[in-house]
Amino acid sequence: MLVLDLALKSLRNRAFSTSLTVGSIALSVALLVGVENVRVGMRESFSNTISQTDLIVGTKGGTIQLLLYSVFGMGSPTNNLSWDTYREWAEHPAVDWTIPYGLGDSHMGYRVIGTSEDFYRHYRYRGGQEITLAEGRAGSEVFDVTLGADVAAELGYGLGDEVAVTHGIGEVGFLNHDRMPFTVVGILDKTFTPVDRAVYVTLEGIEAIHIGWEDGAPPMPGEEHAREDVLAMEEIEITQVTSFFVGTANRRDVLRLQREINDYEGEPMMAVIPGLALNEMWQGIGYAETGLRLVTIFVVLVGLLGMLVSLYTSLNERRREMAILRAVGAGPGSIVTLLVLEAVCLAAAGALAGLGLVYALLSVGQPIVEAQVGLFIPIRPPGSVEWLFLGAVVTAGFLIGFVPALKAYRTALHDGLAVRV
Amino acid sequence: MSLAVDVQRLRYRYGRGPWVLDIPELTLERGTRAFLFGPSGSGKTTLLGVLAGVLKPEEGEVKVLGRDLATLSGAQRDAFRAEHIGYVFQMFNLIPYLSVLDNITLPARMNAARRARLDGVGVKEAAALLADHLHIGDLLKKPVTELSVGQQQRVAACRALIGAPELIVADEPTSSLDFDRREAFLELLFQECERAGATLVFVSHDRTLEGMFSRRISLPDINRGAL
Repeated sequence: MLVLDLALKSLRNRAFSTSLTVGSIALSVALLVGVENVRVGMRESFSNTISQTDLIVGTKGGTIQLLLYSVFGMGSPTNNLSWDTYREWAEHPAVDWTIPYGLGDSHMGYRVIGTSEDFYRHYRYRGGQEITLAEGRAGSEVFDVTLGADVAAELGYGLGDEVAVTHGIGEVGFLNHDRMPFTVVGILDKTFTPVDRAVYVTLEGIEAIHIGWEDGAPPMPGEEHAREDVLAMEEIEITQVTSFFVGTANRRDVLRLQREINDYEGEPMMAVIPGLALNEMWQGIGYAETGLRLVTIFVVLVGLLGMLVSLYTSLNERRREMAILRAVGAGPGSIVTLLVLEAVCLAAAGALAGLGLVYALLSVGQPIVEAQVGLFIPIRPPGSVEWLFLGAVVTAGFLIGFVPALKAYRTALHDGLAVRV
Repeated sequence: MSLAVDVQRLRYRYGRGPWVLDIPELTLERGTRAFLFGPSGSGKTTLLGVLAGVLKPEEGEVKVLGRDLATLSGAQRDAFRAEHIGYVFQMFNLIPYLSVLDNITLPARMNAARRARLDGVGVKEAAALLADHLHIGDLLKKPVTELSVGQQQRVAACRALIGAPELIVADEPTSSLDFDRREAFLELLFQECERAGATLVFVSHDRTLEGMFSRRISLPDINRGAL
């Protein structure tokens, strides 16, 4: 323990360079642990984009594709399901609720989603939060439209404004349903999920703007319908949905229900469990994570190299000290131990300070980050990953410590007790 | 077994260089106060390094207190030095980040045999006692950077003496002191060596002090090698 005592006193004596070194290691470790925390937060926030939905059902195709167009408003659906099929499953005894989605149109690049009041009633995100209205009411009439928070904010729409829907989902569609504009009746609260970037109408509205489009092409000139024609109709028959979300009455039925849907012979369709599909998707984009982690590991290495430089450059002015230690009987091995211990102490102090810094920053920044970008970064006691990082940093410090230590070892052997300063 | 130092046919050189030391014979009785002198470059410091077991002789015998250092391993020589030898440098004797007390107690903390020879008192008490003897008892808590050169050398002497090593090796410890202080320092050093029954090997190129020693050795006369 004498050598540890010497190492600590020696570090304290060089307080300025010690605190610089510890500080740089602390910052790099804070970055490493902080990125890890943000990553976990992002991952949880990602897999919580939608919650409490047990199954997402759509036409047969790719799992991720279904997830992308139903939840994230990305990519295009390949096919629709018939309304009758949807109703059949919606009334299945295992099903508690459903949310139908009719997709395929857009407004100024934002996806238009035809849905029902079930959306406002059952859609949940981030640990069960409900969809709430910032102003107005939920759309229920044929030409009602409810805007996601970002859509309203970015396009500057308010209640009562008219919105024309574009056929297809490009930024600039040339086939407009502009003879049947919708009226903004509500604006949703911000959710920090893709809900904010969507435009919600009713399924009847989707049907209405496609009257005369049954063959997929716009009606011939002179055969177009206008808003008044639709409003004059007694009832609009809904013919299809693109996908629907299912909540089961009993979660034990989810797997059986999924199998039943996948085996359905009426038309090709599939059901995915959002949690699993989201995880699968996250794996797919995990490369970015790995890259980010790699960068932070290099930052930590740079911090440790700073320590190496600081210890190494101090060796020359410490040759006297080494000679004195040798004179009182310290072997070259003790000199090595002294320097390696100093490196380990620096790395350990830096690692702990870095961890502390992360918690300090989190406790201050967590509410701010949540309010600004909707990313909730959980504050938890350091877990196995954090300890693994810290262990790795201290181990790396230990190994790097051998570089100056072996240099000092050679110097000590060479100098002996000679006074060479 | 009354010889503290018994060197026979010692030859030492750095690497493949010329022989720095080539000493046919050098013996010191126990309790001797030896004054070893010679001009710079005559191999004084190298000889002390060999006697202290830091440098390993290439040829010959170097018996210190009856043990032939030439046959010991590096670790054994380190342990031997820690137990039996006190060393005082010319200057910059102290570890800057330790207090006066910590500097003095260092050898005793490093070596159990030195602790065992403290006559039953604790390490700190032994250090305080020595410091009193050398008139620096009031400096124990001070950082070493605040000491004068003379005070530093006395602290170094305390460190060499703690735990009563049998051989004290001093490499020009007085060269940075003015004349009056040299004599005072030497008187104190002699007194403590005598109290502990230690042999003293004192190296200097300054022959004005040689009258105070019981034995005087001219290194150029006994060393056939030289730089």
